[in-house]
Amino acid sequence: MTALPRTARSAGRHVLCLVIVAVVLYPLVWLAFASVKPPDEILSRLALLPTRFVFDGYAKGWEGAADVGFGRFFLNSFLVAGLSVVANVLSCSLAAFAFARLEFRFRGALFAFMLTTLMLPYHVTLIPQYVIFQQAGLVDTFVPLILPKLLATEAFFVFLIVQFMRGIPRELDEAATIDGCSVYRTFWHVVLPLAKPALVTTSIFTFIWTWNDFFTQMVYLNGTEKFTVPLGLRLFVDTSSESNFGAMFAMSALALVPIVLFFLAFQRLLVEGVSTSGLKG
Amino acid sequence: MTTLRTPDPPVAPVAPARVRRRERPGGRRRKSQPEAFAFLAPWLLGAVALTVGPMVVSLYLSFTDYDLFTTPKWVGFGNFAHMFTGDDRYLQSVEVTLIYVLVSVPLKLTVSLLVAMLLNTRRGGTGFYRAAFYAPSLLGASVAAALVWRALFMGGGPVNEVLAFLGWHTPSWVDDPRFSLASIVLLGVWQFGAPMVIFLAGLKQIPAELHEAAAIDGAGAFRRFRHITLPVLSPVIFFNLVMEAIHAFQAFTPAFVIGGGRGGPADADLFYTLYLFEVGFQDFRMGYASAMAWVLLVVIAIVTAIVFRTAKLWVFYDDAEARK
Repeated sequence: MTALPRTARSAGRHVLCLVIVAVVLYPLVWLAFASVKPPDEILSRLALLPTRFVFDGYAKGWEGAADVGFGRFFLNSFLVAGLSVVANVLSCSLAAFAFARLEFRFRGALFAFMLTTLMLPYHVTLIPQYVIFQQAGLVDTFVPLILPKLLATEAFFVFLIVQFMRGIPRELDEAATIDGCSVYRTFWHVVLPLAKPALVTTSIFTFIWTWNDFFTQMVYLNGTEKFTVPLGLRLFVDTSSESNFGAMFAMSALALVPIVLFFLAFQRLLVEGVSTSGLKG
Repeated sequence: MTTLRTPDPPVAPVAPARVRRRERPGGRRRKSQPEAFAFLAPWLLGAVALTVGPMVVSLYLSFTDYDLFTTPKWVGFGNFAHMFTGDDRYLQSVEVTLIYVLVSVPLKLTVSLLVAMLLNTRRGGTGFYRAAFYAPSLLGASVAAALVWRALFMGGGPVNEVLAFLGWHTPSWVDDPRFSLASIVLLGVWQFGAPMVIFLAGLKQIPAELHEAAAIDGAGAFRRFRHITLPVLSPVIFFNLVMEAIHAFQAFTPAFVIGGGRGGPADADLFYTLYLFEVGFQDFRMGYASAMAWVLLVVIAIVTAIVFRTAKLWVFYDDAEARK
């Protein structure tokens, strides 16, 4: 520990870190290059760089499957993820405000219940929920994907926002009350604007998780017309002959673009949100 | 507003404390019962209609045969009995999932702790490394990442080629029952960034003087790790352990994609949730799938309870600091 001079140790640390960076980012770099390789090179040459750049994969992949283009899948995914963000932020912040700021009967018990639902595997409620939506004729629509978010079933975000709201000084809403603000106005004009960091964190994670979600979307959507990006990619799982590799990797690369952009734009916020709240990617 | 509230019984021991808390200046909540329930309405509706109600129904369904189209038929403990005595694929899914949890969670936590310690040396570049290591945690759950993973571990893929270059010739990992699960474990470990970031936050709480004092007293790096880092970090380790275990039990996408949608070679990737999906949504044995879901719930509850129980033995809270 002490034998090496400080600069040597620091350099050693950087080298080690860079090696880990290389290993960690390799699959993504590999994907980026694979998506522009000629199909026969993807698995047969170890070199990262292609001998020539080919964009056929993008053209072929974008055509999608069964007469539905990948553009449609992207549109569907953006729709589902966007509506989920709005629904989640709205409903979770309403519930969080009540838990963090208001006094009501069974507050403790309801809060404890909410915390236990954090650990509940969603498979337990999945089948009855499916039956409900099936009876209501809502399978193969986006409703089963968005309605649960509108009803704040993602307890994690309620908890996240509660924790944040607890840190906002109570004197502020008391002052607002004295000035004649109703509870609703206090929520909308005082507490909500101050809780913005928590709301932004909620938005970003809701977007990314919904974008990545595969299981629920596969359960509820069956018409190709309604498919989201993960379901579009899944079409390649069943038919991944080598001739399809180019299209598969091109579309995989595109599927990751929104997340990568979010990540680059908000990485500080994302990483700090994780370390303070224990959010999982 | 308070008229809706039943007055606290004067003899109840909690009553005085409650009154006092409400009267404390600056620390009191608004007494606004009807408004509170207006704010809670969406959540309450969701809790009843999408959580508690379905839980009751799925408990009922777990004792029935139900194919979604005809009336559920009561079979008592038949589903559960069949699971453990007459369904080899079920037992296979249990085995695969347990191996996955028992191998990937400790491996992931070890890697994330080691990397967090590497980053916690308070010198330049930490922000960049932290962000780079965290990135896979956001991508990992996606179909796209799993597809890439499958290609990396296929015959002729980069992993095969590099290992062959090093003199270790392996079959196509994703097509060989002996290697397939390992590739999924590695995908899990690849996403060590999320627990790492939490470890890093915990490490920052350890005062440098503690290590310096111990070093002066002659404690080597390993002893300082064993007697300072581990105990101080134990609440964070506990948190990460619980969260990662719960997540690992429910892993689905990588198993589905890497196993080609059917549980992989010789069912080597037949994860619990994958089999549940197959039983419920491909075979429409919804009663059996509900029973499977309840077993999963019970197992997760037991594992969490065990971790919580044993926590007393190895999790240390520094009274003043950690509780805040």
